[in-house]
Amino acid sequence: MAAPLTLLLILAVTIRAALYRSSLADLIAERVEVVSPLTAWKRVVEGLALLDLGVSPYAGDVFHETPLIIYLFHFLVDYAEITFMVSAINDVFVVPIQFRKQKYALEAERYPLDCLELIRSPKEMYYIPLKVAMFYLLNPFTILSCVAKSTCGLNNAVIALFILTTIKGNVLLSAIFLSLATYQSIYPLTLCAPALLYLTQRQYIPVNFRRFSFWWFVAQYAFMYLGSLFVMICLSFFLLGSWDYLPSVYGFILSVPDLTPNIGLFWYFFAEMFEHFRLFFLCVFQINIFFYTIPLSIKLKEHPVFLIFMQLAVISIFKSYPTVGDIALYLAFLPVWSHLHRFLRNIFLVSCVLLACSALFPVLWHLWIYAGSANSNFYYAITLLFNVAQILLVSDYFYAFLRREHHLSYGLYLKRKDGSEATLVLK
Amino acid sequence: MTGSQEIRAPDLSLLTIQQDSQYDFLFYLNFICSQSASLIKIFLCSGMPVDWLVKTMQARGLEVFTQTFSRTLPFPDENKERYMVKGTNVYGILRAPRAPRTEALVLSAPCTQGDHNNQAVGLLLGLAQYFRNQIYWAKDIIFLINEHDLIGMQAWLEGYHHTNTTGMDWSPLQGRGGSIQAALSLELSSDVITSMDLVLEGLNGQLPNLDLANLFYAFCQKIGVLCTIQGKLQRNDWDSVSGYSHSVQTMMLMVMKQASGRPWGDHGLFLRYHIEAATIKGINSFRQYKTDTNTIGRLLEGMYRKLNNLLERLHQSYFFYLMPSLSHFVSIGYYMPAFGLLAVILLLRALDLWVQLASPPPGTEDGVVDTEQMWSPDVLSVLTPLVISHLTGVALYYLPIHFQKMALEHFPVSDTEAVVLTAIAVYTAGLALPHNTHRFVSGEGTEHGWRVLKLVAVLYLAVLLGCTALINFSLGFILALTLVPVAAFVTPHVPKVPSAFVLVILSPACTLLFSVFFFQELQEVPISFQDGWVLYLSVISQGILDHSLYGSLVYPLIALLVYPCWLLFWNILFWE
Repeated sequence: MAAPLTLLLILAVTIRAALYRSSLADLIAERVEVVSPLTAWKRVVEGLALLDLGVSPYAGDVFHETPLIIYLFHFLVDYAEITFMVSAINDVFVVPIQFRKQKYALEAERYPLDCLELIRSPKEMYYIPLKVAMFYLLNPFTILSCVAKSTCGLNNAVIALFILTTIKGNVLLSAIFLSLATYQSIYPLTLCAPALLYLTQRQYIPVNFRRFSFWWFVAQYAFMYLGSLFVMICLSFFLLGSWDYLPSVYGFILSVPDLTPNIGLFWYFFAEMFEHFRLFFLCVFQINIFFYTIPLSIKLKEHPVFLIFMQLAVISIFKSYPTVGDIALYLAFLPVWSHLHRFLRNIFLVSCVLLACSALFPVLWHLWIYAGSANSNFYYAITLLFNVAQILLVSDYFYAFLRREHHLSYGLYLKRKDGSEATLVLK
Repeated sequence: MTGSQEIRAPDLSLLTIQQDSQYDFLFYLNFICSQSASLIKIFLCSGMPVDWLVKTMQARGLEVFTQTFSRTLPFPDENKERYMVKGTNVYGILRAPRAPRTEALVLSAPCTQGDHNNQAVGLLLGLAQYFRNQIYWAKDIIFLINEHDLIGMQAWLEGYHHTNTTGMDWSPLQGRGGSIQAALSLELSSDVITSMDLVLEGLNGQLPNLDLANLFYAFCQKIGVLCTIQGKLQRNDWDSVSGYSHSVQTMMLMVMKQASGRPWGDHGLFLRYHIEAATIKGINSFRQYKTDTNTIGRLLEGMYRKLNNLLERLHQSYFFYLMPSLSHFVSIGYYMPAFGLLAVILLLRALDLWVQLASPPPGTEDGVVDTEQMWSPDVLSVLTPLVISHLTGVALYYLPIHFQKMALEHFPVSDTEAVVLTAIAVYTAGLALPHNTHRFVSGEGTEHGWRVLKLVAVLYLAVLLGCTALINFSLGFILALTLVPVAAFVTPHVPKVPSAFVLVILSPACTLLFSVFFFQELQEVPISFQDGWVLYLSVISQGILDHSLYGSLVYPLIALLVYPCWLLFWNILFWE
């Protein structure tokens, strides 16, 4: 396992280094699918320049990343490429940890005999970390995002560290990394619920609203989370000396003033919107991301790891300025659930549509902006198709997961009461 | 001056001018034409008469500027006989009297050596004189005379828009005129013409807005000038078989020209900057009814007045169309479904392969474990042909130009021939590469292996053709017509020799060869096989040159994407 992993790392680093030195790096850094107004490297450089001049980096509405990022790059600006590569590699090491924790032994006794083929053997699970590493490091989306030096790579690294510490059971570090992730972009707030579910299960605290131990644990976690968030916000204030980063970072994420086209759903809607309705639709769109937490948590309360995957996918699809780096993060987790392949119904259609849309994005951008033969409707059509394909992918995996759970409880070959064969239908 | 005037110019035929108060310029026009034509004939053997042009334009009241440029081609261009190109563009800006300098129109005439375009410059100068005296101009008019046709035009446009995509050296432009709304390029070889030909196809198959073509045709009809497209006249008998075949021929000519991806007039480079442009060629074909420069001047004046009145850029009509004649067009809504149906073949084949792959093969009992195990070696066996095919494509793209020195040392050929023959050699060598590494990776499961490779190849071809058809429909359609049937049917089990033959006949290089002969047939200038082969070699060299000079995408598309895809199908054919 170590040898293929090392080979993979060397290959990934080589590809990224080759692309950094080629003329494609500038081209990729300008693509709107890869960088957004939040994560563009050009804006980080602009912010650093303003900081060096003694002006607040948030003056001029160019820079929208958090102050800690700007101070990080203040010291590391010459090593920017290495930083991004390290953060990409870091994500990879998260995943091997997860699999030791699969409750294989506990589960095997509880299930009917014909379900044995549904349970994964240790042999299959041995290769999963390598596959996840391959899916993340060699994913063209990740490579593009890394070469463009988008700060999305750092966001992904923090989220990966959060997942690592949650699964290891370290409550304090989990709260700290979650608050760091929330501090950078607000949406990882929804990952509180799966973190809480996982940590309470790990500590054998039953998730029951009437029990005091549950509420005491929630209070502890909330205290650690809010405390570290408060510390980070105050630290930012002291570093920069003013509160003007709050509207520039969080106000920007929530109120979506910049309507540069990207692969998300916000820009076209709000470009066409009348001012009167803007606040209403803004609230609707933003609540949409947070809204799925409660039903998903209720349904998946036994399986918080899958819940983390679902939440990450929902955030990546519906956030205000998504980029392909966000998508790469949840796509990297797909090999973890490779045992669900036999229940997936739409995987062919979804992968064809994702592939075709990824190829069509630059073509329709060229036709719209440079040739002038198309217009924004064409580009938004591809964006919509891309997001619909992603939603279909995520819901397909959800269906497959639930179906597997159903089979594990009721047996693989379902029979009706009179013994004839039955099939499972989703109503 | 009143009454009609007869002016006998030294080398012009007798012209009768109807004097009208609006057309006082005609006196100047003919004088200038004769003067400039003779002067240009004197000067053309030594390059463009830059100083004379600057002086003449300044005398007309324009703001004159020049731009020098130089470019060394990657290898000598044998069609136009140039290798290290240095030149000067001269342009004069007629400022609109009372308008802010935000918009401009361009009238350009390429100044080439020889008699090819000797009258256009004279007409341009005459028009400049006339336009200067009018008060209705709301946009600046830029009169551009570019040297070395497309190279000069590329240098001027890059200087105007501050881009540098092709690595040319040019001096910055001293004077500008605002954003260019439309441009017309003139090619006029004789002073009397019988018809005007409209050329629309631009770089990478981009076309101007159909409104521009309709405007020109409507104007020609109003003035009474015969207008043609693709050099073919309009016919009125649409219902008869010969009329129908005539319009099909015209449309096929447009398809061929669009698919080549080269700009067929100086206007072709404007389109990339979202400037609607067309080239107007005057053709003298010894017909009875001749039109003189007077009428052409009125035609151009009318066109420019119409363009002057535009409130916004032309965008209301179609950008994607094919014209079987000047009064009929086929829009994208009609021709895209044809392409869509071809792409559906590939998608259905992909679906069929997916279903075959997903159902467990007969004979194995524990299907789940086997497919899991077989995934890794199959991915590897698919990856190898993919990597090798793409490396061959990269070799086809880089080797011809970068290794021409080495080829020149070893073989007694000229520079251009070295490049072209290297390209053909790499193309043919790709056929012989050993692709059978899958045998060493996994002994059994080859049935599975070629299906996975074919699934990947078919989806790759579908996405590639879709993207190509969106940018350059004709190229995408021709490639689809030749590659889709083969891609759908090739398996290792079809008879090898006939299918190998069919696969080679339908490969991109042979398609190009047949297209060359077909193009000559359509233009009613059929050529022999020897001449056709020479023309084919020059077409390949032009394709490579167009890519490095103007950024045409046809050569990199075929070398880096279509050829590797075709190699994957070749690979599948010889899988066992």
